[in-house]
Amino acid sequence: MTNTKRMKEDILRMSGVNPRKCMKCGKCSGTCPNYDEMEYHPHQFVSMVEEGRLEPLLASKSLYTCLSCMACIERCPRGVEPAKLIEAVRLLKERQKDGNHLTANDIPARIDDDMPQQAIVTAFRKYTK
Amino acid sequence: MKVSYYPGCTLRNKAKDLDFYARECAKVLGFELEEVEDWQCCGGAFTSSSDEIATKLSSVRALKAAKEAGQPLVTVCSACHNVIKRTNAAMKDPAFAAKVNAYMKQDKDFTEDYNGETEVCHYLEYLRDKVGFDEVAKKVVNPLTGRKIAAYYGCLLLRPGKVMAMDDPENPVILEDFIRALGAEPVVYPARNECCGGYMAIENADAAKKRSLSVSESAANHGAAELVTACPLCRYNLVKSGSELPVLYFTELLAEALGVKEANA
Repeated sequence: MTNTKRMKEDILRMSGVNPRKCMKCGKCSGTCPNYDEMEYHPHQFVSMVEEGRLEPLLASKSLYTCLSCMACIERCPRGVEPAKLIEAVRLLKERQKDGNHLTANDIPARIDDDMPQQAIVTAFRKYTK
Repeated sequence: MKVSYYPGCTLRNKAKDLDFYARECAKVLGFELEEVEDWQCCGGAFTSSSDEIATKLSSVRALKAAKEAGQPLVTVCSACHNVIKRTNAAMKDPAFAAKVNAYMKQDKDFTEDYNGETEVCHYLEYLRDKVGFDEVAKKVVNPLTGRKIAAYYGCLLLRPGKVMAMDDPENPVILEDFIRALGAEPVVYPARNECCGGYMAIENADAAKKRSLSVSESAANHGAAELVTACPLCRYNLVKSGSELPVLYFTELLAEALGVKEANA
């Protein structure tokens, strides 16, 4: 089994998503509130995972700009749940050696006195394994 | 009546008003929030991947404590509520629960497996379903008459709709009904269930600000004079958005209407 094929299987297993259910209506990307910040948009994650084009996704900053707001999950007419796929790709990246996106040393410069603890713990859960 | 209560990390620090007024108002409304002993941080976000086991343990410990107390588990923070309710739903799947329980057996006070038995309830749900908004309205001593308040749901109270099952995820009414019960006028606006930018505040503060400003502007354009939320991170982002609308926790609003705020001034 090739590495790409194995990674694709991992992503599908972790996310529980079946990209073949997608009918390419684009509603996920149309409703994505962070569309402008996403290099690859939710519908592209769905089609690129299905096609096995994983390297561009694994290297993309889109992994960190998805807000996990679940708008694409709620509004997909086919129940594809793109955000779960994005999360699985992100986890695959972060579980690799040196795959973490955020370290404790990054935090002081990025917060102010009002920043709730919730923001910091959530960012660590999303950006670091 | 006593219920188990999970405050969460932020309610002990930056969002003390959200916590304090929840506890004080509960007394006026005839129930008591009994804090789960030794609760641990929920982690702020539910990780949906089916092989994420360790990140669920803190929530399962709180759920298990509530089960042993024979009480529903009430949360106030939208994020804790989202994580704990989704964890509870995941624990109803026997294959997933078996993996989590295998870890839980290492806890020194382990008694029995947990399989999603606890009822998880947001404070707002508790007010609506157990106390009743009609009863809340009867306890109001300072009606918020004439105030135009926009409810901000954000993401975490409503989605995923099938699991959170608190309200219609695309056309919610629970916060508007709550605002009405306190005597104020709810303002409905398009962005009330769109994301505030969430944890992007750490990754890219400018991008988060764009998101939160689009929410507060949407509320202001529909005539709102204030915003109300259940989430400390939503509140932070909305306050930092640059909008002039004041942003309150729903428990502060409740405390004002019930006379709890002036009693503790």
